Amino acid sequence: MIKSQKNMTKRHKLTTRLWHWVNALCLLVLVMSGLTIFNAHPRLYWGEYGSSDDYAWAAVGSSQTLGYVRLGETKIETTGFIGNWRDSNGQIQKWAFPGWATIPSYYSLAEGRRWHFFFAWIFSVGLAFFMIRSMFNRHVQKDLHISRAEWRPSNILRDVENHLRLRFHETGSVNIYNILQKFSYVGVIFILLPLMIFTGLAMSPAMDANWPWLTDIFGGRQSARSIHFIGMSLLVLFFIVHMITLLLAGPFKQTWAMVTGGKREDSDHA
Amino acid sequence: MRKMLTRRTLIATGALGAGSLLSGCDALSRSQTFQNILGSAEDANFLVQRALGDRMELASEYSINDLSPKFRANGTRDPGTPDYAASAAQGFADWQLRLTGLFKKPQIFSLAALLSMPQRTQITRHDCVEGWSAIGQWTGVPLKLLLDLAQLQDSAKFLVFHCADRLGGRPYYESIDLLDAFHPQTIMAHRLNGESVPIENGAPLRLRVERQLGYKHAKYVTGIEAVATLDNVGEGKGGYWEDVGNYEWYAGI
Repeated sequence: MIKSQKNMTKRHKLTTRLWHWVNALCLLVLVMSGLTIFNAHPRLYWGEYGSSDDYAWAAVGSSQTLGYVRLGETKIETTGFIGNWRDSNGQIQKWAFPGWATIPSYYSLAEGRRWHFFFAWIFSVGLAFFMIRSMFNRHVQKDLHISRAEWRPSNILRDVENHLRLRFHETGSVNIYNILQKFSYVGVIFILLPLMIFTGLAMSPAMDANWPWLTDIFGGRQSARSIHFIGMSLLVLFFIVHMITLLLAGPFKQTWAMVTGGKREDSDHA
Repeated sequence: MRKMLTRRTLIATGALGAGSLLSGCDALSRSQTFQNILGSAEDANFLVQRALGDRMELASEYSINDLSPKFRANGTRDPGTPDYAASAAQGFADWQLRLTGLFKKPQIFSLAALLSMPQRTQITRHDCVEGWSAIGQWTGVPLKLLLDLAQLQDSAKFLVFHCADRLGGRPYYESIDLLDAFHPQTIMAHRLNGESVPIENGAPLRLRVERQLGYKHAKYVTGIEAVATLDNVGEGKGGYWEDVGNYEWYAGI
């Protein structure tokens, strides 16, 4: 009884904290090993099929002297970063993403795939566990549920204004998350992360035989691959914004709170 | 000032951490034990994917309008040996497919004999481990018909496909288990998009095992060997890329 009362005063529940850090590690490895896999064929298509002779809506190009990313008809030079970069020995490499962004740092599709699928299992089981547990411990209903009042445009606009003024907490609010936080957390946890799992499965030929509707939902295997890549990009964007708000809201206190649980009434947040 | 220092230390620690994380990952990646731990996820993929569906579920089939304009070739584009060139020059009239190993009635099929058997035509999507896909129409003899003639012995657990091409000096080979061997879409294909399979795509005979990735689809097949274990073939991992590149034997994902 005393224990549960104690938990109630924590800002982050134990499940939330455990999942947060396991998930952070998984996403780091999944993004970096995913970039290794992408390097094997750095072109993205829409539809069922797509290969070197077909039109790619996004592609990495490289030559002896430069690297570039082509999006539609727009070429963006990325020499030194994507398509043409120097490895730690000063050698020019022409793989799409550079060694510091991939696991392993050298090109090995087989090893990249092993890292990716191993951590994909931990990530998927962890996400499922977190979702179910968060329903039962009422994290979803109490902290993430968006009330009708919060949906009001005036409330959303006020929160946008608060964020622009770098005010992340409204004094006197009973919610631990403001509306923009709720949008991003709900969007990531309940839409983006499951989307990554399902677009990933949709690329598997065996899954395509088992669940053909899954590949169809995304408009074909190559579309699923494109959506998987775009979803990864959005997760990286989320991570960057997450880090900026963390820095602005007080990185040590916030990070410590995600380790120990923090106090609920103290409601600065990242 | 103190804060600056802390921040600077923090950034330095972060950079150091990221650096050691990367080299740590490489060290782990090169360790066989760690590779085996990571590889356990592949066993899970195999078990789960085989448990879903009724195990004989068909891969998606498409219509003639869905064909890739060009079916990409990868790996060996021409075995290039004198024997192969001589056979190609006469339209592979002398090509033979030998069924050896743990069969009750080992067989030798000429290409003409294979062409006279019942055929299956399927338009399927070929998914390469690298990430690209191509849709093609394949025609060939269901492998099951050949196995019914040769009759597997009870101890046979895998089929090994021997090929005419060599990569980096080693003969290419692949293997599948009996579940995939008897799958209705598993065929020995000799036609692609209505014409004889081009040399770059595996002429005259290519295995189609539609629920797995491209490297399982052995090209230039000369023999099918029934074995009880894969340990004694090549380096024992069940295929050329499995031996050389550390790819997974089960390529369903």
